[in-house]
Amino acid sequence: MIPAPFDYVTAATVDEAVGHLQRFGDDAKLIAGGQSLVPLMRLRLAQPSALVDISRMRGADAITREDGHLSVGAGVHHADIERSPAVRDALPLLAAVAHEVGDNQVRNLGTMGGVIAHGDAAGDYCALALMLDAEIVTSKRRHAASGFFKDVFTTALEPDEVVTAVRFPVATGAHAYQKFRRRLFDWAIAGVMVQRTEAGWRVGYVNLGPTAVRGAGVEQALAQGAAPAEAARRATQGLEPRDDVRATAAYKRHLATVLTQRALESAA
Amino acid sequence: MKRTIKVTVNGASREDEVEPRLLLVHYLRETLGLTGTHVGCDTSQCGACTVHLDGRAVKSCSLFAVQVDGRAITTIEGLATDGMHALQQGFWDEHGLQCGFCTPGFIMAAAQLLADNPRPTDAEIVKGLEGNLCRCTGYENIMRAVRSAAAATAAQAAPAAAPATVGG
Amino acid sequence: MAVTSMIGARIQRREDPRLVTGHGTYIDDITRPHMVHMAVVRSPYAHAAIRSIDVSRARSAPGVVAALTAADFRTVLSGAVPVTNSFVADKKQVPDQFFIAEGEVAYQGEPVAVVVAGDRYAAADAAQLVHVDYEPLPAVMDLEKAMAPGAALVKRDRPDNIGWDTVFAGGDIDAAFAEAEVTVKERITQQRLFPVPMEGRGCIAEFDEYDNHLTIWTSTQVPHFIRLFVGGGMGLAESQVRVISHDVGGGFGSKLRPYPEEYLACGASKLLSRPVKWIEERSENLVATTHGRGQIFDVEVAAKRDGTLLGLRFTQILDIGAYHGVFSAFQAVACLIAGGCYGWKAVNGRSIGVFTNRTSTDPYRGAGRPEGTHLCERAVDLMARELGMDPVEIRRKNFVHDFPHPNNFGLVYDSGDYDKTLNRALEIADYQGLRRRQQEMRAQGRYLGIGLCTYVEICGLGPSGPTAAAAGVALVESSTVRVHPTGSVTVNVGTHAHGQGHDTTFAQIVADGLGVPYESVDIRHGDTADTPFGYGTYGSRSLAVGGISILKSCQKVVEKARRLAAHVFEAAEEDIVHERGSYHVKGSPDNAKTIGELAFAAHGAGLPEGMEHGLEAVTYFDPPNFVWPFGAHICVVEVDQHTGAVEVQRYIAVDDCGNVINPMIVDGQIHGGIAQGLSQALFEEVRYDDESGQLLTGTFLDYLVPTIAEMPHFETDRTVTPSPTNELGVKGIGEAGTIAASAAVINAVVDALSPFGVRHVEMPARPDRILELIHNGGGDGHNPGAGREVTA
Repeated sequence: MIPAPFDYVTAATVDEAVGHLQRFGDDAKLIAGGQSLVPLMRLRLAQPSALVDISRMRGADAITREDGHLSVGAGVHHADIERSPAVRDALPLLAAVAHEVGDNQVRNLGTMGGVIAHGDAAGDYCALALMLDAEIVTSKRRHAASGFFKDVFTTALEPDEVVTAVRFPVATGAHAYQKFRRRLFDWAIAGVMVQRTEAGWRVGYVNLGPTAVRGAGVEQALAQGAAPAEAARRATQGLEPRDDVRATAAYKRHLATVLTQRALESAA
Repeated sequence: MKRTIKVTVNGASREDEVEPRLLLVHYLRETLGLTGTHVGCDTSQCGACTVHLDGRAVKSCSLFAVQVDGRAITTIEGLATDGMHALQQGFWDEHGLQCGFCTPGFIMAAAQLLADNPRPTDAEIVKGLEGNLCRCTGYENIMRAVRSAAAATAAQAAPAAAPATVGG
Repeated sequence: MAVTSMIGARIQRREDPRLVTGHGTYIDDITRPHMVHMAVVRSPYAHAAIRSIDVSRARSAPGVVAALTAADFRTVLSGAVPVTNSFVADKKQVPDQFFIAEGEVAYQGEPVAVVVAGDRYAAADAAQLVHVDYEPLPAVMDLEKAMAPGAALVKRDRPDNIGWDTVFAGGDIDAAFAEAEVTVKERITQQRLFPVPMEGRGCIAEFDEYDNHLTIWTSTQVPHFIRLFVGGGMGLAESQVRVISHDVGGGFGSKLRPYPEEYLACGASKLLSRPVKWIEERSENLVATTHGRGQIFDVEVAAKRDGTLLGLRFTQILDIGAYHGVFSAFQAVACLIAGGCYGWKAVNGRSIGVFTNRTSTDPYRGAGRPEGTHLCERAVDLMARELGMDPVEIRRKNFVHDFPHPNNFGLVYDSGDYDKTLNRALEIADYQGLRRRQQEMRAQGRYLGIGLCTYVEICGLGPSGPTAAAAGVALVESSTVRVHPTGSVTVNVGTHAHGQGHDTTFAQIVADGLGVPYESVDIRHGDTADTPFGYGTYGSRSLAVGGISILKSCQKVVEKARRLAAHVFEAAEEDIVHERGSYHVKGSPDNAKTIGELAFAAHGAGLPEGMEHGLEAVTYFDPPNFVWPFGAHICVVEVDQHTGAVEVQRYIAVDDCGNVINPMIVDGQIHGGIAQGLSQALFEEVRYDDESGQLLTGTFLDYLVPTIAEMPHFETDRTVTPSPTNELGVKGIGEAGTIAASAAVINAVVDALSPFGVRHVEMPARPDRILELIHNGGGDGHNPGAGREVTA
């Protein structure tokens, strides 16, 4: 399929990107890896009037560790995240999650910023950011992840706001990601990630609500000393999965419980 | 409005005027006549369009030509520098193709895999080829083809060394 | 025939060097001077009346050459998409399908207008500008509701929704059931599938108004059919039409018929006097190319308590889609082969073809035979379970042993040794060891399943005798073998490969048949201008029919070469000895002539009176029977009782396709065939919204073509029971894997779930479906979760 015509500019800096967005208005879209956007454009489900290419935006490709945080630039590709020694040292769960995003070719082009800004409940990083209380750093401000993912494909970003990095707290304790899908390269039907931190377990859910969801009930149970199986019984608390062509909501809810227990047992 | 892009394709420099919406795969196939890169879907699952962008495997149906301005592309036609690449030979030897439509994409994906990891395990081969669909082979002989290419490359790199251990 | 060097050799395919280096020629790789691109505007509705179509905006869009609707095409095209008898000669109705909608659309994706532009981008833009005013009508989606009197109609001008209703009676079924000590019933569904060749369809039509000549480049399995039918739609004789098909990126049955877009591209080319290219996008492919399967079977099986099978009675309800496929009724062949490799007193199948507001179904790899085999192998397993017998034992007890064996419908199985393939498969699998392991694992709360499928398939379509009455066509196959003056050989064949490696295997046959170097043989196919009329490649027929035609042409050439040698040596013909392409007089082997030397003589002066120049032969081969490959497949799965996920741990396939020309290619066909059957069992399903008729699985995101990660290693072996039907002793192998696999996988899944009381699992065995069965399956001994879905 053939995308509709659009205008195209590149942005070498964050300011340039913001300027372009302001100039083109609401119909403009940022493109970095384009791995979610271009297929939508080919099906003409998205017809932006302009694309602002930020794939070479300065400073967006850095991975740095400072003050107990790991900062991953918005333009860092999934493939670079999974291979990064800094990521493996500071937040090995992120490397493991990156390894499960899309497929090999998608991981070579898709970016951290793209997943976060798209705000897809099935976007693997969103759950991680949420459960770890990461910060979404943009051209305007630092968003707490807890207030960032608003609704289905809806984030707190304003039309002229550009994600530049995501700051995750360092966490090197036991962790696991259970991503259930029919084919290796598919989006999760349901996913559960768990991370042991100094403040206790953190639990995040992929594709089990309109946005990524934090497993507060499970975290609480674990904090109170519950065993994995027992804690997992609280997995469905706060989940609002939807029926879709892949599975019913009821099945996804069931998976949440099973996968939570498995994630906790495999991480422990 | 058209834009000028400068790219290196299979080692040769090119400068072309392209519409921003021109997909890289159409640039390669229609502007440059490199028809070895195929289009098998429109949602970037099948991987038939896989080429290398600065040495990394990417799906050329989910990139616009303007995005690769200043960068280097390798297509199936440019993979071998002398005769057949070990993977092309491996796919031939092991009957790793039937209709052949997906084959260039598989070979380009596998080429990046072997460049990164010359002696992959079977699990690593699976992970390296997860982004490509084949409908003819059931993947059995694609797996054998990649193992065979890895073994041949390893043998060539270290002719005196013991046989490479490749996935079972 | 004697075993020689090339037949049976595992040699690399000669097709591959161009394909692995990116130098193949698929349809979209071809361009023509002054060519324009066609985009098809398709119905977004499953069923709607067309109030009006406004193409004015599209017509005036940049780069657009034309925007055309049915009225335009009526000036250059006539007739309708052809419909063949295909085992059901007495159809209830055969509604005409013109190549583009007129007043009413009956499936999502039906063409309503086309836009032709200078490039495909402009064509895509302009297609969006065509405005169609639709009045949505009720979508007929449920097969059983569609059959009911007074049901809503798929198209308003039809009397009802029934395409055919035919009973295939093989013996006295009532008598067989009267003897029964045990009967078992089940509903078994064959979900709809997309065939999904990795290359979609596409064509270029070039009408030459000065010579009144049409050339069509197209991605097809059947170039000669396309010439016959599409040429006919254009009012042209075959001599005015040339169809060329180069490399074809897979077909699996979905490219074995003329399609509306081929007619439309030809019509547009004539209207515009320019070459017109149309390339199918994947999202188009999933609505515009025919689908496979889509059937419901209600099955009843009768047996004695000792496991002797008596009767098999069933109804096949087949979802035709909105219009008959060209070969839609072919899938009724499921009825004729549903008895499988067992002896039955009677087999009785009623086939009902029902129209719905969906894309037409037509053959997809196996076409009726996977359905019949799945039904039979499930039925046998159900009975074994009812009787408490091991599935191996009930099979052994009922295998046919004497060949040739006429089945209940008089079709004659040519050769077989069903115990041999089964025993070999059991040995490779270590069946008893697997059963022990299954018990051990169950004790740990883990669920291993072992599934068998012992199949026989009908292939090598087809002899004119047995098929004439039912199919209405004689699917013979053709070849010419021409030895050039210095001895190289060109072979032109009517079959047309789309991945099967004919260039290689046919050259192997010719190398042995003539005794010439393999390298000196060139195989040509896919161009109607230089090949004799052939029916094309499908139905595992190209070797068993086309290959034998080649062998016979070689034999004719050898006979003439012998006469030439007699002339050259001034000897009697009966004294000429032919050994591997070399001819000498008995007793004088040192003075020999090669076939090249004789060919040279055949093109020169001094031939004996009455002998024509040249050294070539033509053969149209009409086989005396079908060929009947068979085999035993065993699948081992583990079901995760907590998620319902199925892991295929092992897959063992022992097949027998008679003698083998190239074992590497045979193995490859088996692998690919199993993959498609396994994928039907576990992954693939076309889903529509029951109310609106909207396709829900319209991209590869939602239609699960498996990746390398989901496929197990295939453990293959073979036995060799030569076919007596042809001189090479060969059968077919293109579909065997698919025919066997779905039953082996589902039998394994059911076996794994048997501790939960589950006795049947519908396809695909989705994890959510399995989980529901685990929770509810044991209830009433029937399968409430899966077995009563009414849409296929």
